[in-house]
Amino acid sequence: MDAIKTVELTKKYKDVTAVYGLNLTVRQGELLSLLGVNGAGKTTTIKMLTGLTRPASGDAFLNGKSILTDSAAVKAMIAVSPQETAVAPNLTVRENLELMAGVHGFRKSEAGNKVTELSDRFGLGEIAGKKAGKLSGGWQRRLSIAMALVSCPQILFLDEPTLGLDVLARSDLWDMIRALKGKMTVILTTHYMEEAEALSDRVAIMKSGRLLLTGTPAEIKAQAGTDKFDEAFVRIVKEAAQ
Amino acid sequence: MKVFAFSKRNDLEILRDPLNLFFGVGFPIVLLLLLTVIQRNVPVALFEIEHLAPGIVVFGLSFMTLFSATLIAKDRGSSFLQRLYTTPLTAGDFILGYLLPILPICIAQSVICFAMAVLLGLPVTIHILTSVLFTIPVSLLFVSLGLLCGSIFTDKQVGGICGALLTNLTAWLSGIWFDLRLVGGAFQKIANLLPFVHAVEMERAALRGDYAGVFPHIWWVMGYAAAVTAIAVFVFLRQMKRQ
Repeated sequence: MDAIKTVELTKKYKDVTAVYGLNLTVRQGELLSLLGVNGAGKTTTIKMLTGLTRPASGDAFLNGKSILTDSAAVKAMIAVSPQETAVAPNLTVRENLELMAGVHGFRKSEAGNKVTELSDRFGLGEIAGKKAGKLSGGWQRRLSIAMALVSCPQILFLDEPTLGLDVLARSDLWDMIRALKGKMTVILTTHYMEEAEALSDRVAIMKSGRLLLTGTPAEIKAQAGTDKFDEAFVRIVKEAAQ
Repeated sequence: MKVFAFSKRNDLEILRDPLNLFFGVGFPIVLLLLLTVIQRNVPVALFEIEHLAPGIVVFGLSFMTLFSATLIAKDRGSSFLQRLYTTPLTAGDFILGYLLPILPICIAQSVICFAMAVLLGLPVTIHILTSVLFTIPVSLLFVSLGLLCGSIFTDKQVGGICGALLTNLTAWLSGIWFDLRLVGGAFQKIANLLPFVHAVEMERAALRGDYAGVFPHIWWVMGYAAAVTAIAVFVFLRQMKRQ
């Protein structure tokens, strides 16, 4: 079974169509990057897949569950790390992780084990007692991803996970995201081409609400006739305008 | 329970903000102290503690609207609430999670105010306890106002509307500092149509042990609390759908 299958997924905001009849398939355990310039429809697509907004038409199935008719089951299997850092600022690192365990209905002992495991995995142990609002951008982003993993999601959505981070913090997060590959299906949106190339099994390029193509980074470079991924992206997007 | 995890977070966010502690506890206590000192130095009954303490309790509760609205508006403004919308929390969990945890804070604030009033000369009677119980509908009114304002305004707008406008309305139109009959006219009529003066009068009657005197003020307070809660829930759910 595919992890994600969208069928003519469409979203309209009054007169503007943000996503046109999207047909996209993501395999189990795959890391797929959604690429596109601003207004391409990436964030709207993620919002529809995560139940934050309802499609105007079409449907999407996450591990076979419809986002329209089985949203509770969908919510139970997904997790999101939003574009902006979404942490509770006055709670400590540990309390933020415990909060996510709590809202997913974990029992206290179960929550404690999960929090300890994630603190160790993400190197958060030493700052577990520090308020999240006092952490640097890189650490907040690291915590944000750890919070998304508390529920052991089958599908993880990472919206611009390294936006605004310095080179070292970005490299650290890349390592963490790589470590997730194969363990769960990951949908990543990013504006950094090198990030998409380094991390993705496959890439989907969107423009003005339409899906232009999907393929591995190597296939996309070959199709654009260049060995540079960022050049390939630019060529494909520009050609689509003509 | 999922809702308790969310409630606990909301409690911690509010209690760990030093400004909230200052306005929620420090400010009412300072007012009690200051006005009691003034009373001791004037020959007329202006701020007698039996009359003043219930008013200060209600005035202190008006800050709960600010705390509650700021928390919700900040959550809406950041991606934090979006993250939680993708979890199994239901709409009911969100509403209860924002309303319920602030009620114990309201009761604690009332207890602290009455304790301070006792230190300043308020006789210790069982009526203090019943007065604290009567703060529950008043608390619900102010906390629901917070849910409503937090669902409509940004955190900056909330600062102006709840921090300045609402607290001033509560202060001036509640008869805490002066008898509204001294002003009379339209001012008194408007004040009587709003819940603040009724909340204060209800508290004063309860503190006197005059339970008949609690009526009809309690109907005004409960009516407003029910109406504001219903509107707040409706507006919050609409915002939730939009987001």
